[in-house]
Amino acid sequence: MTAAAPIEVSIASPLVSYTGTDKVQALGETLGDVLNDLDARFPGIRFRMIDEQDRIRKHIRIFINDEQVRDLAQSVRPADQVWIVQALSGG
Amino acid sequence: MARKSVRSRSENKSKSVLKSRSKKRSAKAAAASSRGRARPSAGLLLVATRKGAWLYHGDRSRKQWRVDGPHFLGQIINHMVLDPRDRRTMLVAASTGHLGPTIFRTIDFGRSWQEATRPPAFAKAAEGQVGRTVKHTFWLTPAHKDEPGVWYAGTSPQGLFRSEDGGLTWEPYSSVNDDPQYRAWMGTEQDGTPDGPKMHSIIIDPRDAAHMYFAMSSGGVHETLDGGKHWRPLVEGLEVVAGFDAKNLVFHDPHCVRVCPSNPDRLYQQNHCGIYRLDRPSTLWKRVGKAMPADIGDVGFPMVVHPRDDAVAWVLPMDGQTVWPRTSINGEPAVYGTWDAGKSWKRLAQGFPKSQAWWTIKRQAMAADMGDPVGIYFGTTSGELWASGNEGQSWNCIARHLPEIYAVETAERDG
Repeated sequence: MTAAAPIEVSIASPLVSYTGTDKVQALGETLGDVLNDLDARFPGIRFRMIDEQDRIRKHIRIFINDEQVRDLAQSVRPADQVWIVQALSGG
Repeated sequence: MARKSVRSRSENKSKSVLKSRSKKRSAKAAAASSRGRARPSAGLLLVATRKGAWLYHGDRSRKQWRVDGPHFLGQIINHMVLDPRDRRTMLVAASTGHLGPTIFRTIDFGRSWQEATRPPAFAKAAEGQVGRTVKHTFWLTPAHKDEPGVWYAGTSPQGLFRSEDGGLTWEPYSSVNDDPQYRAWMGTEQDGTPDGPKMHSIIIDPRDAAHMYFAMSSGGVHETLDGGKHWRPLVEGLEVVAGFDAKNLVFHDPHCVRVCPSNPDRLYQQNHCGIYRLDRPSTLWKRVGKAMPADIGDVGFPMVVHPRDDAVAWVLPMDGQTVWPRTSINGEPAVYGTWDAGKSWKRLAQGFPKSQAWWTIKRQAMAADMGDPVGIYFGTTSGELWASGNEGQSWNCIARHLPEIYAVETAERDG
């Protein structure tokens, strides 16, 4: 079961090639739901953020509003904003 | 392992083999003609770098090259391979420093790309256990000609994967990825190469789709005779770093293994500890690198073989002393070639800088084409792409200022 109202998701620039835009909307009651919904519409995007053990990848940060989230089971509400951020490093 | 050998040439060639090559050439050309591939069609170089991929389209003389790229600018491309079975499907192993790994596919030479919907990924670990994560796909190998659309991939950390739909979806292949013994031989991520331990050199016997090899750095060389149901090590005769136990496969570091297309019973290997040859059905590798000049040694990463002559192979020695600089020895780059299956080696450096050239060439970054004479190509980590149209006798630089080159492959395309 998913929330009826969409959640706004900000997309990090390296992932805009999937979405075509840096702001998209997704449905879900948890962060995992939201990412699955994104992957259904933008195939491949989830695996580039989340590994096969369901861990957020090393250089990806995800925030719900102002709080960094590490657990895909974290709940989200329709008024929340999800921020997917790339932690740049290296040369 | 009873297999009919297709070897047609004696190893017993004299050191004057180079002088007699013109006679052999006509025999080779005739043999190649009988297989319908005496001359290549338009050549293609697939250059994978730390910051993207480039295609170099050659004319039939392989002297003029038209560059097409970058593709995937900024993405780490570890390998790019064109399927020789259809000459149109090309797979690219990609990742970035920040995103997870994936596979891209094109069937129109890069005009359009399709991403794998299920890239290589390890099985999800059971609750309470720590599962492995594919950091990047390192190696791509098209399967046997009788299995169109099938590909194999080797990953970092070491994992073996198979696609049956031309690279769109991938599944773990065989029991290797989770087998406790193989996991022990793979070691930890600290045991591998600087940017992660790798499975590479996935080789399919052209006579038998069920007969395969792979190599692991670290972890040794392995073989299956039954399509991956069972694997066995193939490391007899291979040396390891002094002081370590060669019986423990975690200490084995094969850098690059090649099978001779003209004789699939012959393999060559550039190992961390020397250059080797293996003639099946023997399981004993012979260190042919001992015939290299003593001041050069037989350390290196890439190795390529002649497409039609199992006595001919090339290596690119690098400095493996003290802290392993992995650079051209004394700053004087040279390819070394053998025309007698490793009994002797000839220095091939015409056209290279004569000093102060500290090149490093990675294990996938050297390749041979199907031409006659054979074209040889390699890319340096300093972004230079070098070519020889005459089997290494002379060299010219066909591109400079590329990003760090990770892999060079050749391909033939129609037209």
